[in-house]
Amino acid sequence: MSDLTDPSLDLDARLAEILQRIPYARFLGVRAELAGDEMTAVLPFSQHLIGNPTLPAIHGGVIGAFMEMTAVAQLSLSQISPSAGLGRQPRTIDVTIEYLRSGRPRTTFARATIKRAGRRIANVQVEAWQETRAAPIAALHGHFLIGSRDEG
Amino acid sequence: MTRPVDMMRQLAPQVLMASPHAAAIGMEMVSIDPAEAVLRVRFRPDLVGDPDTGVIAGGVVTALLDHTCGQSVMAALDSYQPIATLDLRIDYMRPAGPGLDIFCHAHCYKVTRSVAFVRAQAYDVDRDDPVATAQAAFMLNANSAMSPAETVLRAMGHTPPAPGGGVKA
Repeated sequence: MSDLTDPSLDLDARLAEILQRIPYARFLGVRAELAGDEMTAVLPFSQHLIGNPTLPAIHGGVIGAFMEMTAVAQLSLSQISPSAGLGRQPRTIDVTIEYLRSGRPRTTFARATIKRAGRRIANVQVEAWQETRAAPIAALHGHFLIGSRDEG
Repeated sequence: MTRPVDMMRQLAPQVLMASPHAAAIGMEMVSIDPAEAVLRVRFRPDLVGDPDTGVIAGGVVTALLDHTCGQSVMAALDSYQPIATLDLRIDYMRPAGPGLDIFCHAHCYKVTRSVAFVRAQAYDVDRDDPVATAQAAFMLNANSAMSPAETVLRAMGHTPPAPGGGVKA
């Protein structure tokens, strides 16, 4: 496994590494694309993500999990620095998920905005969409424990 | 008229298998009572969220909470109708124990004409020491298509008409 603290690694490789290390991210099939420091998480459609086969619709829990993972990945990315390396994985304190539209059997995207990152707590908002970013299928806002290696 | 909860109790495995994602993460029904449901996800290495700790991913807990809440709503209804999660608030108390199964207990404590309200706890060992708790609201008669549970129940020949609700044409 490559060293995440190696400054010669580019962000893309680090992000892929972070996701690749999480078995559940591999199970869902989550990947991420970077444009500068802006990350878009991508969840390609797969049959095992379906919650309701008659609609059909992606399971609400999957969409929630995907947005939560997007928040964690964005936070991990923002914590990477050549000097400090990667801190411990941010821990979710709470999330509120709003379901706006049913998730259709196609690729889902998500982007996270860190509204505030303090010393210990980060406040993050995430939106998930399919064809049209302006018509999101779900939104999440949550608090995450960050930074401290010895806490909890 | 047979209540959904009675049919769900009889057909528990089929009801869960009708949802591909519930089946994919191995959800099992532990018990179902009027307005209450207990489900379980067995620990599996591919469901781990933090490889440093070997604990089941928060996302699995999210899916389990969402699904169990939905089942408790179905179990609270007098007749079948499609439901959809409006919002789901989850508080994560502590990490689950490494390698442990996760259980979820959900109670649908109020059903109005168009909305059902649910509280749930996810836990590994003791329900009074939860890993996470959730508060959710579901829209009733949410969609013209049927829920997985409803599909199974209807396929088994249980098709009670829903007065003022049920499946729209």
